[in-house]
Amino acid sequence: MGKKIQNYDVVVIGGGITGAGVARDCAMRGLRVVLLEAFDITHGATGRNHGLMHSGARYVMSDPENAKECIRENRILRRIARHCVEETDGLFVSLPDDDLDYQRRFIKACLKAGISAEELAPDEALAIESSVNPKLIGAVRVPDAAIDPFRLTIANVLDAQMHGATVLTNHRVTGILVESGTVAGVEAESKDGKFTFLAPVVVNAAGAWCQQIASLAGVTINMFPARGALLIFGHRVNHMVINRCRKPSNGDILVPDDIVCVLGTTSNRVPIEEIDNTCVTAQEVDLLLQEGVKLVPSLERTRILRAYAGVRPLVALGEDDSGRNISRGIVLFDHKERDGLDGFITITGGKIMTYRLMAQKATDLVCRKLGVTAVCATATRPLPGSEPVAEPDDDEEVENTMSFAHRAALGRHGTRVEMISEDKPEQRALVCECEHVSHGEVNYAIKELKADSMEKLRRRTRLGMGTCQGKMCACRAASLFSQADGDVERHVSDLKMFLNERWKGIRPIAWGSALSEAQLSAMTYQSLCGIDRINYSSPTDSDKQ
Amino acid sequence: MANKTHNFFISNNDGNFEQCLKCSICTVYCPVSAVDPLFPGPKQAGPDGERYRLKNPDFYDESLKLCLNCKRCEVACPHDVRIGDIIQRARLQHSPHKPGIRARLLASTDLVGRWATRLSPAINTAISLKSSKEFGHQMLGIHKHYDFPTYARQTFVKWFEKNALPQQGGFEKKVVYFHGCHVNYNDPAPGMALVRVMNKLGYGVELIDDEKCCGNPFMANGMPQRALQLAFRNMNSLRQIANKGLEVITTSSTCTFTIRDEYKFVLGLDNADIRDKVSLATRFIFKKLEDEELELPPVRPDFKIRIAYHTACHMEKLGWAFYSANLLRQIPGVELVMLDSLCCGMAGTYGFKTENFERSQKIGQPLFNAIKEANVDAVVTDCEMCHSQIAMSTGMKVLHPIEILDMAFS
Repeated sequence: MGKKIQNYDVVVIGGGITGAGVARDCAMRGLRVVLLEAFDITHGATGRNHGLMHSGARYVMSDPENAKECIRENRILRRIARHCVEETDGLFVSLPDDDLDYQRRFIKACLKAGISAEELAPDEALAIESSVNPKLIGAVRVPDAAIDPFRLTIANVLDAQMHGATVLTNHRVTGILVESGTVAGVEAESKDGKFTFLAPVVVNAAGAWCQQIASLAGVTINMFPARGALLIFGHRVNHMVINRCRKPSNGDILVPDDIVCVLGTTSNRVPIEEIDNTCVTAQEVDLLLQEGVKLVPSLERTRILRAYAGVRPLVALGEDDSGRNISRGIVLFDHKERDGLDGFITITGGKIMTYRLMAQKATDLVCRKLGVTAVCATATRPLPGSEPVAEPDDDEEVENTMSFAHRAALGRHGTRVEMISEDKPEQRALVCECEHVSHGEVNYAIKELKADSMEKLRRRTRLGMGTCQGKMCACRAASLFSQADGDVERHVSDLKMFLNERWKGIRPIAWGSALSEAQLSAMTYQSLCGIDRINYSSPTDSDKQ
Repeated sequence: MANKTHNFFISNNDGNFEQCLKCSICTVYCPVSAVDPLFPGPKQAGPDGERYRLKNPDFYDESLKLCLNCKRCEVACPHDVRIGDIIQRARLQHSPHKPGIRARLLASTDLVGRWATRLSPAINTAISLKSSKEFGHQMLGIHKHYDFPTYARQTFVKWFEKNALPQQGGFEKKVVYFHGCHVNYNDPAPGMALVRVMNKLGYGVELIDDEKCCGNPFMANGMPQRALQLAFRNMNSLRQIANKGLEVITTSSTCTFTIRDEYKFVLGLDNADIRDKVSLATRFIFKKLEDEELELPPVRPDFKIRIAYHTACHMEKLGWAFYSANLLRQIPGVELVMLDSLCCGMAGTYGFKTENFERSQKIGQPLFNAIKEANVDAVVTDCEMCHSQIAMSTGMKVLHPIEILDMAFS
């Protein structure tokens, strides 16, 4: 890390999609920007949601303005983030308990908001999406899609870095420097010590942690954190996003994400002190399953891989914290106007879908404060990995020259898959067999995407996210990390942490094959490898072993 | 008749692949993985690959063609994952290649056999000629080193009608014999032996009026619709027999396995009513002996033979090698060496194919070595294709268990 004091034009706090988007936008407009993240990119709600690219249809009845924002951004993301988006389309399904009058009003509202909404007869809907409950009484096709929030955020970070931004993970902001009513920078710490980042503008994009960050600057924001629990199923049951056509409620969306599908979600307000608690309860699992099975009956027989929860960074506007005045839209605070603190900006609320617009609004404000006139170009320039490629003359032949793992990686890294070498047999060898992550891809993630821990590797490659939840790949990855930097002790403890984190998500759904799998995993690591008793005191000891 | 609307790959997709615990034991037992690093192994080709294929069929990988369909992975699996079926169905569902001439030629055992037996002297000479082997190698992709099975001068059915049919009415008890294509067209000896043995045991033998190829070669060569048609025909016949209260016995382990398990798990048909009516002859006899419904007829006093029993892959899957081996052990004069259960590498029509020949030989090598070391008079197996592979690769005499019984009782 070198220098303890560094100068920037703008400090962005938070490595979620919002922070990454702001960093990209600022960097593209020529600002010197540093992004500080306490844990890792996508650690918070960004990595803990549905992966649903809304068309806006879900919001047309309650918030048409929000819906219009969604459909505009939906069209933009299809262009600039091609490799993060799967154009699945979505169905809004009416079941016998639902009201077809709601469906009629829903279609009208969609069309009014500029969202295409095609009414389908039940048999037509079943023909294009066979997993849906055959008892349905109506369906509407909308341009929903699936989006991978990990890929999207990583791509934004990469692009920011390519435009000169500094991105620092594991840097926790500990203080905000204020001099005579104006922000002067932030203090942060990492395992390498304490650092000061001087900048005339600080953007608070800390998601659910916005309130804590603002308090460091002496500013009050009343967050209204709402927890949502979700379930990941072992394989794709559906090929289209499936929504229930009714007032949004629990467990009424099923999204196909890569090779799994995700059912969600619940919504409960949690006290601000509990936003770090992401354990899912048995009640939440029951509620989700009970509703999800109505939408897609085969979910009842499908293996669940894990349960997880995220906290939506909703904000109580004004001084009101009763919960009556909650915005689900984009919230941008210029704290100069709001609290008399110049140089401090909070961008929160919103959703992944509108991250780019949030970043644009925040960056516009940053630029006004700095007197910079550069205009936003994030809506037109493709993200790294989504650059247009010339259609090959014979695409089948090109496909066939790629290994299975390379084809899987193509979905994860887009055009950047070319940077993954698979010339040598050992580079083609699989580390994660469930998700087909090759040795070459792990090396790419370590080198190019700055993965230095198992969790970081997971977010960048899907390693450990498959059926066995890290049983087969975790030790291999830990071994590769150890070979790379020789720090066996750190990687053994990292391996333990990773396995515990996997178990945390399995525990709420630990029955059937998922439980057997977890038992086999525990037996392998604890009984067979004795991981709890491994104690590396020095590299020489490990050499002897 | 074949039901045109039966969709074999939608039916029976019960998510069985999700039971996989990723323990990888299947890969340890896979004969192909043992010799060919290009094969991703049963776990990856099966349950792991299936998740990707469910996302997008483009993830179908041509390396799945290397699978023998031996089902040894399924035997090894501690969690009842039908790995082999997953791979077999994926090939039938997703392979972009239309079956070519070779596939049609190898699969159509019934049609080819019918013509080839009529012209057998000419055909047998032709297929043994170096020039025609070279032609087959170059033009059809049938490996020139392989001795293609010869064709019988007279089909088993013709022989039966001429020589055996008249006597069958004289028995009170009756069984129905499903002979299979190989006995009918290539090697009628086990079939003839079966009729003699069953008669000795007091059973009259009937054949099935409308016996069709079990369909296995069509499944192996990418023609599921044809396999379905045959399966419907056979199931229809077997139902009629079952309704008459008769049992069906066989001499081919693969035909038996196909009717009992592949119809259900690969083709997705409901065969529950006929499944248990079809049994291998050795199992049928063993059980009757055990239940004391039968007694072994006297054995020739001078009968003495040292044999090695080879467990065919589908016998391993059926779990029936026990019956054949223990029936043979009951025959006075038989000295039986039980070989370790290993794949011979032939896998039906797999070993014929030019691209597979070397791999097939490599897979079979440990078995061939064991046979050479066993120092026996003959190798005994229930599978006609193992017979062919072992005979060619070791030069040993290979017999069917029923032929041993026939020799002992005559």
